[in-house]
Amino acid sequence: MSGTLFELSVSLWRGGQEGRYENYHVPRRASQTVLDVVTFVQRHLDPTLSYRFACRVGVCGSCAMTVNGRPRWTCRTHVSKVADSGRLEIGPLANLPVIKDLTTDMEQFFVKWQRAKGAFVPSQTRRDAIAQIRPDTPARVAADAAIECINCGVCYAGCDTVRWNSAYLGPAALTRAWTLINDERDAGNAARLQAISASGGCHACHSHQSCQELCPQALNPTAAIAGLKKRTTAAYLKGEIKP
Amino acid sequence: MNVRLYVWQRATAAVMAPLVLGHIALIFYATRQGLTAADILARTQGSIVWAAYYGVFVAAASIHAAIGVRNVLGEWSPLTERRAGMFALLFGLILAALGARAVAAVVL
Repeated sequence: MSGTLFELSVSLWRGGQEGRYENYHVPRRASQTVLDVVTFVQRHLDPTLSYRFACRVGVCGSCAMTVNGRPRWTCRTHVSKVADSGRLEIGPLANLPVIKDLTTDMEQFFVKWQRAKGAFVPSQTRRDAIAQIRPDTPARVAADAAIECINCGVCYAGCDTVRWNSAYLGPAALTRAWTLINDERDAGNAARLQAISASGGCHACHSHQSCQELCPQALNPTAAIAGLKKRTTAAYLKGEIKP
Repeated sequence: MNVRLYVWQRATAAVMAPLVLGHIALIFYATRQGLTAADILARTQGSIVWAAYYGVFVAAASIHAAIGVRNVLGEWSPLTERRAGMFALLFGLILAALGARAVAAVVL
């Protein structure tokens, strides 16, 4: 890594739900990520700073924060991409309770995955032959919707509907449900369709498409939710689900 | 909003779309032909077709708007879902009553 290019002016959220932004000066370096900046502050300026990360390579989904007003995965966000003026404001993810500093409580995010019946329900046992799924069938292609989701919470933090409606399951949980609905091996669709068609389910989505724009994995939760709306409407009209 | 309200809101929107276009066409026709109130009433009074046209329009608009108001209140006001539903129901009933009164005034 090359030496210091210049100094970044960094504002970091300090405290819990009630707190304030505090300013730090961090040396600017080549190929520096936002996570590098936060790590520098903790290791060299204030060891009491709390934040969450694990893999540092965009796999674990634990380092998402609000960077200059937008939720981002900080380990794969280069400073050069978001801080042209040399200023960074880094806060915790929105729409989630703040535990301390840059760390949020993700419990409601994962509870909603369970409410959306985001767990795979096997239709066969280990003694059955492995299911043969052709990769080019429409259902298998649709099931790709959430396979690359890393549960980072960026879509949840950027969703207007989550902000307005605390019961809304959110883009990640609904996209997971859409993947399972299209999984030929899954046997949980009756309960899943019922769960996601209730109040706070897929019909609460306004299709603002923030999730699609912000998803670091370039997934399209809005399209998955549109698919859920279509599928649940058909099931309701056939009398298969009752709200 | 659950799937039942979603279906009702979309279905009433689908019903209203052609009715709105017909209503706008009617306004253009009435103004360009210079129809007086007496001319219009002569055409509408006793007409089952106009009563059905605007009766369906009023019913669809009342249901559609009430569901929309329920959603707005649920997201933007501190009301609980139940209270927002009750307020929206009242709003829909008022719309339906006012609309029915207007339809009755031109067809009876």
